Amino acid sequence: MTESSTPQDYVPGTHPDLPPPVGTTGAIGWARKNLFSSPLNIALTLISVYILISIIPPLVDWALVKSVWTAENRVECWGKMEEPEGAACWAFVKSRLQLFIYGFYPQAERWRAQLSFVLLIFAILPVLYDKLPGRKHWFWYVVAFPFIAGWLLVGGFGLTPVDTDQIGGIMLALVIGVTGISFSLPIGIALALGRQSNMPVLRLLCVLFIEFMRGIPLIAFLFVASTMLNYFMPPGTAFDLLMRVLIVVTLFAAAYIAEVVRGGLQGLSTGQHEAADALGLNYWKAQRLIILPQALKISIPGIVNTFIGLFKDTTLVLIIGMFDPLGVGRAALADAEWAGLAREVYLFVAMFFFICCFSMSRYSLYLERKLHTGH
Amino acid sequence: MATKNQTGSRRKVASAMDSSEMAISITDMHKWFGEFHVLKNINLKVRGGERIVICGPSGSGKSTLIRCINRLEEHQQGSIVVDGTELTHDLKNIEKIRSEVGMVFQHFNLFPHLTALENCTLAPIWVRRIPKAEADEAAMKYLERVRIPEQAHKYPGQLSGGQQQRVAIARSLCMNPRIMLFDEPTSALDPEMIKEVLEVMVELAESGMTMLCVTHEMGFATNVAHRVIFMDFGEIIEQNTPHEFFNNPQHDRTKLFLSQILHH
Repeated sequence: MTESSTPQDYVPGTHPDLPPPVGTTGAIGWARKNLFSSPLNIALTLISVYILISIIPPLVDWALVKSVWTAENRVECWGKMEEPEGAACWAFVKSRLQLFIYGFYPQAERWRAQLSFVLLIFAILPVLYDKLPGRKHWFWYVVAFPFIAGWLLVGGFGLTPVDTDQIGGIMLALVIGVTGISFSLPIGIALALGRQSNMPVLRLLCVLFIEFMRGIPLIAFLFVASTMLNYFMPPGTAFDLLMRVLIVVTLFAAAYIAEVVRGGLQGLSTGQHEAADALGLNYWKAQRLIILPQALKISIPGIVNTFIGLFKDTTLVLIIGMFDPLGVGRAALADAEWAGLAREVYLFVAMFFFICCFSMSRYSLYLERKLHTGH
Repeated sequence: MATKNQTGSRRKVASAMDSSEMAISITDMHKWFGEFHVLKNINLKVRGGERIVICGPSGSGKSTLIRCINRLEEHQQGSIVVDGTELTHDLKNIEKIRSEVGMVFQHFNLFPHLTALENCTLAPIWVRRIPKAEADEAAMKYLERVRIPEQAHKYPGQLSGGQQQRVAIARSLCMNPRIMLFDEPTSALDPEMIKEVLEVMVELAESGMTMLCVTHEMGFATNVAHRVIFMDFGEIIEQNTPHEFFNNPQHDRTKLFLSQILHH
């Protein structure tokens, strides 16, 4: 036997479990492995640290430490700072906050928007989290919610009607985003299944629809919706602009969702279909119990990706004269008292979108972890 | 239901079918994959309670043949009658036959997003509309029968290959089929797990189930099969009792095949 370099030789079968050597686990171990493992890595780490130090403290300084939160106009705001334009003037955003949130919604009716928002939270929670008690009973509420919210926001039947042109800002982004997301998913799944079907006419229709919606930019569809759709409809129908936008955005997203789900369906082995068939499950039961749960789970990253993109694409309605948060921001910037504060406005709008999109992406990770069953 | 008689072995009481009635009757069956003639002039009759092992080289059409019986593959010519119902394009017939015929696959094909118990109770609940509590109880009995009741709440990803295949067998049995088809059930298993699955299949055989098994396990064929069928290039070349088949092969190709598999 050669000389062993271990401090102690154990009889085979009696070696105890020892702790690993110092410096290979914990924070130090992580840093050594990921940040300092090779000369290239060390150089990149140092460069990154330098970049972060150059950017973050001045940014925090500008945005939070030296910023001014209360003022009547730009001149006063800058007057309060050590040097004009040396810090963020959030007073502007604060004074225009109502505009950012509600757009031009009439002041007296804003409670309806607030109520819809609260109801939205209650409608979303059972869909997202299945550990809620009594979740099954909320099903009818969730189904009825779009109609309740629609009535609340637009009025009629006892509530003063509000022109949909007056819906703007964050409210508009949420209306288009939530509607687009909730309706495009079932339609997209149906399109994906239709495209896989054995019936040639159905398959052809689904393929044509998907390729048509994907082949034309959303902005072009929005233009068509705002200007030309009246030519295609029977004379006398006045189709509300917001409604047209909602339909177009939903169908557009549905086409993308269809392709994502189709990718997920292709990721399943044929053995799953065969096992479902051999057990006697018919097409719809097999889809609902076996195929779609697995396909949708694989597709979660792609689906959430599409939804995040859709939510951000809602700002395109700016082009057809609707006031999404960016549109409201630009309108606010036109005010002479506050002109020149573009950075604050755009940062605020960017923060809003970032918070929403990041939350969606975190939720998607939560969902993937929850559904992970070890395969 | 299985009961124990005085000698301790289990025999199926009140067999689901008369042993003179044909469980499967295949007449002049041909199948093509496109231009390729994969099954040629298949004539096969299987009685209730009979156990058949089908063997042959790869590509001989053995798996395709048994997959035609529950319509996972379609035949273009000839007739297949299972349990009195003919297999045609009629969906109702297909579904009826599929609920009477259970299948166990080479790659298990368990549903990975469901636990072992849920895999077993899915079809009884959704196809036969049995209430959940009853289906759960029956499924636990079958899981006990395949000797893994303690794995009931695990997901397939957490089970070994042998355990997965046994869950797959239990899943098929939960639908109370009259015929069980096995498509190379042990070919994807490590050697130490083959034994546990074969034991379950032997126990199933002893309870009187009609079984059609595509396998390379010749020991299983010798112990359990009533008939061994040899297929090559889509035709049934020879069929005989295990004893005659292994000791007195008639056809040259049979002799060649046996020499290849029995001498390694």
